[in-house]
Amino acid sequence: MKIKVIINGEKKVLDIEPHEILLDVLRRYGYYSVRRGCDTGMCGICTVLFDGKPVPSCSVFAARADGHEITTLEGLPEAKEFAELLAEEGADQCGYCSPGLIVNTVYLKKLKIKKMDEAKIKLIGNLCRCTGYEGQHRAIAKFLGVEK
Amino acid sequence: MKEVTRKIPKKDALGLLLGKPVYTDDIAPENSLIVKILRSPHAFARIKNIDTSEAEKIEGIECIITHLDLPRNPITRAGQGYPEPSPHDWYILDEYVRYVGDEVAIIAGKNEQCVEEALQKIKVEYEIFEPVLDFEKAEDHPSIIHPEKESHPMFEIGFDAEKNIAASYEMEIGNIEEELKNCDVVVHQRYYTQAQAHVAFEPHTAASYLDMHGRLVIISSTQVPFHVRRIIAEAFGLPIKDIRVIKPRIGGGFGGKQAIHGEPFVAAVTLKTGKPAKIVYTRQEVFEATYTRHPMRYDITLGATKDGKLKVIDMQGLSDTGAYGEHALTTFMVAGSKTLPLYNKVSAVRFTGKVVYTNKVPAGAFRGYGAIQGNFALESTIDMLAEKLGMDPVEFRKKNMIAEGETSPIFKIMGEGREGVEMFVRSCKLNECVEEGMKLINWKEKYPRVKISETKIRGVGMAIAMQGSGIANIDMGAAILKLNDDGSFNLLIGATDLGTGSDTILAQIAAEVLNVPTENIIVYSSDTDLTPFDVGAYASSTTYVSGNAVKRAAEKMKKLIIKEGARKLGIEESKVDFDGNYIYEINGDKKLPLKELATVLYYTENQKQLITDASYVGEESPPPFMAGFAEVEVDIETGKVKLINYVAVVDCGTTINPNLAKIQVEGGLVQGIGMTLFEDVKYSPNGKLLTNNLMHYKIPSRLDIGNIIVKFAESYEPTGPFGAKSVAEIGIDTPPAAIANAIYNAVGIRITSLPITPEKILMSLK
Ligand code: FES
Ligand code: FES
Repeated sequence: MKIKVIINGEKKVLDIEPHEILLDVLRRYGYYSVRRGCDTGMCGICTVLFDGKPVPSCSVFAARADGHEITTLEGLPEAKEFAELLAEEGADQCGYCSPGLIVNTVYLKKLKIKKMDEAKIKLIGNLCRCTGYEGQHRAIAKFLGVEK
Repeated sequence: MKEVTRKIPKKDALGLLLGKPVYTDDIAPENSLIVKILRSPHAFARIKNIDTSEAEKIEGIECIITHLDLPRNPITRAGQGYPEPSPHDWYILDEYVRYVGDEVAIIAGKNEQCVEEALQKIKVEYEIFEPVLDFEKAEDHPSIIHPEKESHPMFEIGFDAEKNIAASYEMEIGNIEEELKNCDVVVHQRYYTQAQAHVAFEPHTAASYLDMHGRLVIISSTQVPFHVRRIIAEAFGLPIKDIRVIKPRIGGGFGGKQAIHGEPFVAAVTLKTGKPAKIVYTRQEVFEATYTRHPMRYDITLGATKDGKLKVIDMQGLSDTGAYGEHALTTFMVAGSKTLPLYNKVSAVRFTGKVVYTNKVPAGAFRGYGAIQGNFALESTIDMLAEKLGMDPVEFRKKNMIAEGETSPIFKIMGEGREGVEMFVRSCKLNECVEEGMKLINWKEKYPRVKISETKIRGVGMAIAMQGSGIANIDMGAAILKLNDDGSFNLLIGATDLGTGSDTILAQIAAEVLNVPTENIIVYSSDTDLTPFDVGAYASSTTYVSGNAVKRAAEKMKKLIIKEGARKLGIEESKVDFDGNYIYEINGDKKLPLKELATVLYYTENQKQLITDASYVGEESPPPFMAGFAEVEVDIETGKVKLINYVAVVDCGTTINPNLAKIQVEGGLVQGIGMTLFEDVKYSPNGKLLTNNLMHYKIPSRLDIGNIIVKFAESYEPTGPFGAKSVAEIGIDTPPAAIANAIYNAVGIRITSLPITPEKILMSLK
């Protein structure tokens, strides 16, 4: 079947199977920032914006995206600024979890969240096994302009 | 130092962060056949018959491979130096299946769907045996997990398949029984640690294809590309020269990828069909059918005299290697070799025990590699002993622990699967680590406990730890450095960056020697056709072993530049030096830019490629040390433990890149905290892993960790590159004991099995 979606601001018609998951379709179409970290919707690594709101793309049927707007990391201009802050902290190790974290954190910036505790609660679903989170938190604080 | 100690971002940082296609699944050939594995539903069985006829009829199925179609060469999947200290007890596919999840058949087809369908249609008849599920009953169990006669060790490791023993070890210095008689205080305690899962977020992934020469090319998320090449050659009976292994960027390893996992299955498909193939493990498969940490049991006996001198350490262990003996002996020995030297002034020390097979998920390498298990047991008991002596546990440790310039007989006696090497510890700032940690946690104010409310009590606890830097006399790393015509350099290394940042810190080491910016060093690593040999990323070896190789290659390059520059300048070599930009006359004003020399050497005069190489094998394995301090809050109503602060003060020598070193420690700590408080492993009564997803297996989230404070002690290791030792593993070792000690200091109960769950605390409080 065919679905019409806006991905990263571009109108696209995608050829999909009814049973296909959004994550797999996005990867098939070359949005490689979208990565799978688990089978159970628990890791947050596959996060994309669905009509502007973060969702785990592993838990959405591609068919549901018909007529909707999807934004992946590739389509977020603010991603680079945050990525550079993470890099400066050395807060990327394997980097596998980073796109999901970046998509979610850029979203928090849009919500103007400036309290670290609040940011941490909102990002609780973005797991990372490498960094121990501390470096990420240093970068998040800078990016969101967290008041000390 | 200019480049070393610079906090530069990792070379691959932006590519990784911005989601570029860099992992195995991203770069696997687009037309790869999808490979999946039919896995055993039984913990122990023999395959009587497999009928694949229905499955083969499914549209899109390309091939189905069973044990009847493959060579049956006993190998070990453990990615270790050759000959490996792990028994060769694994077959690409076998007629026996030894755990729930063991491989039964390989299916390849043109898409996921048809392969999934085929999985359902394969009919297997099993002869089911009684599985061995309790490692404490494995030795005398009537079921023999490896009855086949082909399985064998490569050298003496105490392997006894008929008793389900993969390896065993014993050593004793002095006379334990006699020395105990002279002790005023003796404590004894038993401990258990669980089968922690690695949960590297990129699942195990491998792809393969034949190149135009018909050679087998494997792209793999592996920590050990050169070992993969050798093991695949052995498993299939192929010449090593016909195989190339490439490691692209990889999404974490922590030891879980120090092995072959998916590689033989895609290789089997490509070799059979001539077509590219790939396998991406599901998260469930990663949990059920790759590796776990070895669960272990330790009985510790400590004896001391009443003046607070530790006299006796006796550690008797039992380790569960699961269905295959991968890393069995070595993880077990490390539990002793990377803990016992901490207390090097004892009169008698003993370390004995066995590693047994069970019908469970195979255990393998995991950051800490036995040291965390041993540390939990030993460092918990040290606190018990200090209490019995009426001493502050920190004071007790300071009195008995190893110091700079000292040695321990353990270094020589216990290596990894073999004898070790004699070594005097040239850098050890353990005392400084302890002092600084006490200050940061505010030990004097907080020890042992502070009551917060009627139900909440805070306590502090600590532990010390050590690790190694590579495996002395065994691990080899090599590097090649080549000058480009613009004066930049290619650094080719076999070393394997798992996300650790090793590509970057190795470039920093080369840049420091050559006095050029790290940005002028272009790194390419981990490709068996193009880079020199390196054992890979394990045993905390890369900074020290590969780092020393890079340093030597760079020193040779500097000499070569001086030699060729002197010739061009027409002056004697001894009168010339190189400062990173210019080759210049030491007492004169002739000079020549490197870039100009490079261009000339390429195109106009005396043409040649400047290229140098070096290899390094550690003669020693200098231990990094650390002190870990935990502050916990125990809720006596719910049994919940909240981690308030964790302070780590680390002596890893020079930090080549302080940012990356810090993240290594923070990441290690949080994995250790996970193992201590959250990561519970459960099996069904018939041996199926129940905690096989992230819903049931909880790793720490960003809200679970409290404040983490990491500091580095000033330290310089004379044998390390620019004074560096390793930092990859040391961070994981202390949380179990430090947190258990803190809980004891808070509420007076000693938890001796991991993880420390609220249930265990409540049960002990009652
Ligand atoms: S892949 Fe883990 S939440 Fe989507
Ligand atoms: S950096 Fe590896 S999982 Fe987060």
